Amino acid sequence: MAVEHPVTAPSGDQTRIHNIGYRNYDGPRLGRAYARRSLYSQSLRGSYGLGRSVKSKVLPMLLFVVMCVPAAIMVAVAVATKADELPVDYTRYAIVMQAVISLYVASQAPQSVSRDLRFKTVPLYFSRPIETADYVRAKFAALASALFVLTAAPLLVLYIGALLAKLDFADQTKGFAQGLVSVTLLSLLFAGLGLVIASVTPRRGFGIAAVIAVLTISYGAVSTLQAIADAQNSTGSIAWIGLFSPVTLIDGVQSAFLGATSAFPGGIGPSDGEGVVYVLVVLGLIAACYGLLMRRYRRVGL
Amino acid sequence: MYDPTVARLTYRALLGRRRALILGALPLLLIAISVVVRGLAGADDQTASDLLGGLALATMVPIIGVIAGTGAIGPEIDDGSVVYLLSKPLKRPTIIFTKLIVAIAVTMVFSALPTLIAGFILNGNGQQIAVAYTVAALVSSIAYAAVFLLLGTVSRHAVVFGLVYALVWEALFGSLVPGARTLSVQQWSLAVAHKVAGGDLVTSDVGLTTATVLLIVVTVLATWYAGQKLRALTLAGEE
Repeated sequence: MAVEHPVTAPSGDQTRIHNIGYRNYDGPRLGRAYARRSLYSQSLRGSYGLGRSVKSKVLPMLLFVVMCVPAAIMVAVAVATKADELPVDYTRYAIVMQAVISLYVASQAPQSVSRDLRFKTVPLYFSRPIETADYVRAKFAALASALFVLTAAPLLVLYIGALLAKLDFADQTKGFAQGLVSVTLLSLLFAGLGLVIASVTPRRGFGIAAVIAVLTISYGAVSTLQAIADAQNSTGSIAWIGLFSPVTLIDGVQSAFLGATSAFPGGIGPSDGEGVVYVLVVLGLIAACYGLLMRRYRRVGL
Repeated sequence: MYDPTVARLTYRALLGRRRALILGALPLLLIAISVVVRGLAGADDQTASDLLGGLALATMVPIIGVIAGTGAIGPEIDDGSVVYLLSKPLKRPTIIFTKLIVAIAVTMVFSALPTLIAGFILNGNGQQIAVAYTVAALVSSIAYAAVFLLLGTVSRHAVVFGLVYALVWEALFGSLVPGARTLSVQQWSLAVAHKVAGGDLVTSDVGLTTATVLLIVVTVLATWYAGQKLRALTLAGEE
């Protein structure tokens, strides 16, 4: 049994804090920009499963391959048949492969933000010298970059293939540049939408379903309505209906300004005036997503 | 085989809080679109068939099936709280069966009912189209719920795989490779719908007998195997 010694009450000057010899940190303080860059690169790597388990590499890599293989096949066909242009436009490629892009956003947007919410790591991020804007920008930029890699890689395959097949250089370069502008817009838009939806729920599975529902159902609804408007010969309304789904928005922008042929029924893209509305809506949506994310992460307690 | 407590918990997990919102938003959208289309195009059998087949049966039923089927068990396995359920003196197949019933009920209420309403709005059930697609939605609800419930017990990425099946296999490959359509819940349910409607508006690539047999086999097998998986469930850590 422990014997309790009477505690001698320390009086006055005898109290002191001992220096037991721990060293202070006197290395460089890397600061806010560094923390933001790290968060960006971690999120970007995470979007392709790099630095995570093998299991989580499977899906993003698979989708990446699925995106690129058709491009390689098209190049092979173009070379073999000695065609004087590629079987598909640079701008059209992302529209054709939209299911794969949607799946990628749906699987990676929740991966990027929902797990931070679920495991309550968000407050830990904010204990570093970063602020709400840094977190949102890093995540937004990371997912947009990941999407850009996903959508631009097949275009690059097409472009290199076209040059190797000795297609017209100026023509191909112009098409490639137009395609890049279009996929940049697409990446920003999809990343914004995906993150806003995913940041609402800490459940990954539910976030995936919600993102996919928004992307595919809106596209399904819009293209159905467009087909009906086309059948009714009310061609004027087709372009306006297209404003209500992300994919048709991008389609409208690129067929108005980037020389693409529209995938709208009847092949009628928006006119220049309507095209301006399309661009404004796209930019407005991207800005709105950014604003909503900022609002979402304003309260760190979560 | 049916445990009311498990059922109540599953209902709460599926429809609690914001989840009911997204589940309710999709049917509302379908009905809203039907109203718009009826206003734009008037009552037209072909339009009604296109809309119900393309939007309701091909997109909405699978997505709601994925949410309800995987949502009935996935999150519990994901956060590990399923051990509290498994440690109760209940047979594992009973748990699966109860969850399946709940998932089927939720999928039916949120997909078949709106399909029926949309069908009546679109053309007032002309040529039995509304009823035919409702039957198709009911039948496919059962199969989707069973398959996606199984996926929920097998994989942590059940939602993604479910969506890949529903969107890539059924929609993309189904339209490119004719053989893929034989292995598609959507086509099986269309075969049943074809029998109900009788006309040429609702068609399927699969015969009625094949479709029925495959539907039953898939549902029963999926449920049985999900029960087996739950009997020997290993709880994994995150990722």
